[in-house]
Amino acid sequence: MTATAPPLLELDALRKEFGGRPGSVAVDDVSLTVHEGETLALVGESGCGKTTLTRLLLRLLEPTSGTVRFDGTDLFALDAAALRGVRREMQVVLQDPYSSMNPRLRIVDIVAEPLVTHDPRARGRRGRAWTRQRVGELLEAVGLDGTILDRYPHEFSGGQRQRISIARAIGLEPRLVVLDEPTSALDVSVQARVLDLLAELQQRLGLTYVFVSHNLAVVRQVADRVAVMRRGALVEVGTAHQVFTAPAHPYTRQLLDAVPIPDPVKARRTRRAALAGDEETAQAGDGKTGDGKPGDGGTAPRPAHDGAR
Amino acid sequence: MTTISPNPAPAAAHAPAAPSHRTAALRTLLRNRLALAALAFLALVVICALFAPLIAPADPNAQNLLERLQPPAWQHGGSGAHLLGTDQLGRDLLSRVIYGTRVSLLVGTGAALLAGVIGTAAGLASGYFGGLPDRVLMRIADVQLAFPAILLALAVVGFLGSGLWYVILVLGVTGWVSYARVVRSEVLSLRSRDFITEARAIGVGDTTIMRRHLLPNVMAPLATIGTLHVAAAIVAEASLSYLGLGVPKETVTWGAMLADGQLYLGTSWWVAVFPGVALMLTSLAVNITGDALRDVADPKAYRR
Ligand SMILES: Nc1ncnc2c1ncn2[C@@H]1O[C@H](COP(=O)(O)OP(=O)(O)O)[C@@H](O)[C@H]1O
Ligand SMILES: [Mg+2]
Repeated sequence: MTATAPPLLELDALRKEFGGRPGSVAVDDVSLTVHEGETLALVGESGCGKTTLTRLLLRLLEPTSGTVRFDGTDLFALDAAALRGVRREMQVVLQDPYSSMNPRLRIVDIVAEPLVTHDPRARGRRGRAWTRQRVGELLEAVGLDGTILDRYPHEFSGGQRQRISIARAIGLEPRLVVLDEPTSALDVSVQARVLDLLAELQQRLGLTYVFVSHNLAVVRQVADRVAVMRRGALVEVGTAHQVFTAPAHPYTRQLLDAVPIPDPVKARRTRRAALAGDEETAQAGDGKTGDGKPGDGGTAPRPAHDGAR
Repeated sequence: MTTISPNPAPAAAHAPAAPSHRTAALRTLLRNRLALAALAFLALVVICALFAPLIAPADPNAQNLLERLQPPAWQHGGSGAHLLGTDQLGRDLLSRVIYGTRVSLLVGTGAALLAGVIGTAAGLASGYFGGLPDRVLMRIADVQLAFPAILLALAVVGFLGSGLWYVILVLGVTGWVSYARVVRSEVLSLRSRDFITEARAIGVGDTTIMRRHLLPNVMAPLATIGTLHVAAAIVAEASLSYLGLGVPKETVTWGAMLADGQLYLGTSWWVAVFPGVALMLTSLAVNITGDALRDVADPKAYRR
């Protein structure tokens, strides 16, 4: 990527009013750019419009006004065929691992949905075998057993399901992945491992993330840049370092004061310890509760485990 | 961009699938004795319909005026030649009841299938698209409900003439509303689920979303309504035939038999009672099976 490349994603004065009443502004003239390969975190309290913003940038909702450009093309000017081409490049992982999968479909069909929709190799007589092979690879790439193809979603824990969702999202090797609170429904220890997986996949596949969260501790671990949202509008956008060490807007400061943010170094150590000590497999449930707050256990970072992998 | 997995997975290997909810549903059904009895009775009805010529002791339309209105075999004056007696034209009632299963089953399942297809399509479109299609379809449904189905049936039969296929057509076309309403309300609750949002984000087309994601999740309530409708259509066909508006005279149907028999109720009760009992038991069995299906529909699998 040269410095002159256009941003991968460019929102300009994006606005969404529900029900046509100006009083119900869910997204209030948001302008934002996301560059290839970075993680942009969108933070704000519940109900501030984060999900609505992601639905707009995925063109799942029509904006009241404003534009979304993906790789330079205006999403809302595209016809159906061109839109399909863009959909291939952007995928989504949603918060609720229980509602994000059709309970009647097998894992193979869930993960294969983007392939079947966009990849000609998944069709025809030989498509089935190719798809199974590919889905097996994808499941292994997210740390699951490649042999769970014919199982149903209800047989898996929340963490495993979120890995399945991630496998589905990376199947077409998209450029952008929108993650709407991907770990909010998970236990802390499971959450840490899913975040590690996301970081690893980003590096390996050159993914760009729009990472939505209301959890500043999580945002601090993953974000390159942070956009702070309040009542539909952005109040501050900056690098993670800027936003966390020198917040410019009083609202950001307020958010930071409200949440005990763990020392990032400590947090990373905790995560690594959790990873080494407690490998997750497809059979072992994530159900067991990691009690404690985000920083918990950071006081005793078990360095002995660090070299275990 | 790199490819995802450096080591190709042994994709052919797959773990044995856990028992699906279908087998679990079957087990629950088998534990319900009443439903089991109903299913057994329905199986008998289906066998009668399929193999009527082999099972029936006589030609159901063969008249024998010398043997008119003979009572059932166990009554004084009855004979083993006609186990359930004969009607006013000397036709064997057992054979007629057995042949009567054919029209009942054909009309019941045909009407339910036709109504199910129309209603499901309308309910899916209504619930998924919302807006104008929804308003138009639901207004048509309201109008249809305000109009007595039997009146419409009479009008159609009067206009097109009687016949098995017209009966199925009329009962099918008038029965779609309940399917459409149930499917619509299920779809409304499914529509906001994340897997529909994800499918749309992936770029899956509307018809594929309806077929792959919505339809399988509304099958359980559909099956329940379907069975209730089968029972209702069987009774409705009998009513039309009773009024002489159903199927042509040569076709054996329980409704027409009831109509024949009512003239002789005072003297020869069996002519009306046997087809009546057959009709009642069949629609009861279908209803019980429908209830059992509803109880069995695994709630965990499609809610939560
Ligand atoms: N389909 C909709 N119709 C009307 N209002 C909506 C709709 N979706 C979201 N909203 C409103 O928009 C606001 C932002 O919601 P949302 O984007 O879900 O916030 P967040 O994801 O940050 O929690 C909320 O006040 C919500 O009630
Ligand atoms: Mg949200």
